[in-house]
Amino acid sequence: MFDTLTLAELPDADEDLRAVVRDVVARHVAGLPLDRRARSWQGFDAGFSRALGRAGLLGLTLPRAYGGHGRGPFARFVVVEELLSAGAPVAAHWIADRQSAPLIHAFGTEAQRQQYIPRICRGELLFCIGMSEPGSGSDLASVRTRADRTDTGWVVNGQKIWTTNAMHSDYMIALVRTSGSAADRHAGLSQLIINLKAQGVSVRPIVDLTGDAHFAEVFFDNVALGPDALVGAEGEGWKQVGAELAFERSGPERIYSSVVLLDAWVRHVQGVRRSDCAALIGRLTAELATLRAMSIACTARLAAGESPVVEASIVKDRGTGFEQELPVVIGDDLAAHPDEPVSAELYRTLMYVTHIAPSFSLRGGTREILRGIIARGMGLR
Amino acid sequence: MELLEPFARLLDDAVSPATIRALEQGASWEPAWAAIAQSGFCDALVPEAHGGAGLVFGEIEALVRALGARAVPLPVAETMLARALLGEAGMAAPEGPIVLAATLAQPVCGALVASHALIDTGDRLVLAALRDMAPAPIGVHHALSARLGATPQGPELPRPAHGLRPLAAAMRALLIAGAAERLTEMAAAYAETRVQFGKPIARQQALQQMLAVMAEDMVAARLAAQLGASRGLAVPRALAAVAKLTTSAAAPRLAASAHAVHGAIGVSEDHDLQLLTRRLHEWRLADGSEGYWAGVLGAMRLGDPDGTVDWVRRSIFA
Repeated sequence: MFDTLTLAELPDADEDLRAVVRDVVARHVAGLPLDRRARSWQGFDAGFSRALGRAGLLGLTLPRAYGGHGRGPFARFVVVEELLSAGAPVAAHWIADRQSAPLIHAFGTEAQRQQYIPRICRGELLFCIGMSEPGSGSDLASVRTRADRTDTGWVVNGQKIWTTNAMHSDYMIALVRTSGSAADRHAGLSQLIINLKAQGVSVRPIVDLTGDAHFAEVFFDNVALGPDALVGAEGEGWKQVGAELAFERSGPERIYSSVVLLDAWVRHVQGVRRSDCAALIGRLTAELATLRAMSIACTARLAAGESPVVEASIVKDRGTGFEQELPVVIGDDLAAHPDEPVSAELYRTLMYVTHIAPSFSLRGGTREILRGIIARGMGLR
Repeated sequence: MELLEPFARLLDDAVSPATIRALEQGASWEPAWAAIAQSGFCDALVPEAHGGAGLVFGEIEALVRALGARAVPLPVAETMLARALLGEAGMAAPEGPIVLAATLAQPVCGALVASHALIDTGDRLVLAALRDMAPAPIGVHHALSARLGATPQGPELPRPAHGLRPLAAAMRALLIAGAAERLTEMAAAYAETRVQFGKPIARQQALQQMLAVMAEDMVAARLAAQLGASRGLAVPRALAAVAKLTTSAAAPRLAASAHAVHGAIGVSEDHDLQLLTRRLHEWRLADGSEGYWAGVLGAMRLGDPDGTVDWVRRSIFA
């Protein structure tokens, strides 16, 4: 069962990218306080994303003809691993680089590829994903935002919500209904590239429980788009989203969201010369190693040209469980030594991760949805 | 793969569930062992210069998982490893099955169905004949482990810096990973056939969620165990720790879920499920549990100033 998830190695040629990433990280990230770095892939810095583009670290999996680097998913794994373990603020380019550009490359027209991908690879064009709506969360097929054909293209009406970084993005790739009604489920859905500067689009940031505003509501009021807004085939949106979610769910960001906190805690324990938590550190280190092996195994399926939807769900569900466990056990360890001084920075970082951790198993598919996908992969439904 | 298929066929013929039950009731191991010994698989890891196939540990990991998947109580994997160590040392190996004993303080797996034991005394590795070791049954129903009482006597091998335990633990992790695969398949298949409330219990979301978590544990166990076997027979302690701790921690969860899905029939002696789950618990406790290896790995990690991902890459994946 799931026999293709088997031990794989990162190619040496891709390992060589680490030095390039470390150079950029040393210049832009090293000085950031711990709790900023703990924002991980929620940390937004458009300047940093452009610096990565200049260093040739974006669009790794895309062809050179479109400004990419013609490398494979393993190269992206290496770069992402380095960025996340350093706590680099990668949010600005994250979605465009991870899924929008591969989606446009896979399903878009030649003109769309030329228009968007080179600027994504330079870190200049930022994308968000329009999936959730007020009435459509896990039940994505029930989306109500509509796009209707006009003489000049499309007109869009409706609303998206929980859209990460919509207020900073240039474009949204939105899942919308182009025919039928919500009762038609997967049929009649399409993906449109929506210019967020277009007339009739309004974006309202939503503040989260940590005080950050990383997601937003987006309203579409008779937004007129050209015929070239459609990406891929009309009515194929559901299938395209499935392929996109395999990219979204399979990366190492699903195991490393709390790793800045883990490292800070280990340094603290080393600093106070305490060894009573050695077994806990051993257990967490082993889990991280196992998840890394699982994530590389999943990356190998991407590299083999597959769309590892079920495999990615396995890695993401277990990975986010690990990410969520870290603040719980680290908080317990620190407070189990109530007379031991804990730096304000470490305490802030711990509480930030504690508060934001529930989102780890919501974004990109909830735990329950992922387990349903795995169960289907086991032939149970 | 070309090795796995004939090996799996061999095991299905030579060590069927009926054979395992007979062994547990005291039947001689010799007929089953004769078929396995004759196949030549026991020399898979022996250097070619000494008449073996010269494979490395990572190339036979799927065979060890196949043994685990069938709950084979004979020390086949142990014998492969022992014969490889003997071959590397230029020493002759006995004909019969050899168990690995990283300690004599606790029961030794499979010692009632073997002829020899490779024993780590703490400062020496000794190949002892079991008839000289006063093997005593441990009093656990149908267990094939034994306590070894005598002082080990016999030919000696060079002892690795950390003894036999890392290698034994890496092998044990593969056995657990194989059992995990079979348990998950059995539970999923049973959920499809068992009808309650007018539909297969596999249609119940609560069951689907539990089985999905089993699958995650099963995949994690496989990858961790494969890591353990990825650097040859001189298994670094960090790799043994990841392999054994991940698989041992998953073992009770996997056994509990498999039994929960099967209901009462899974705890009956007639059902094959208990052949796997009894062995799984035994393997979890052998060669260091998750708690032992967590302490070993944590101490190594605490002694290094690098970040966790860097340390893991360097110590476990390098």
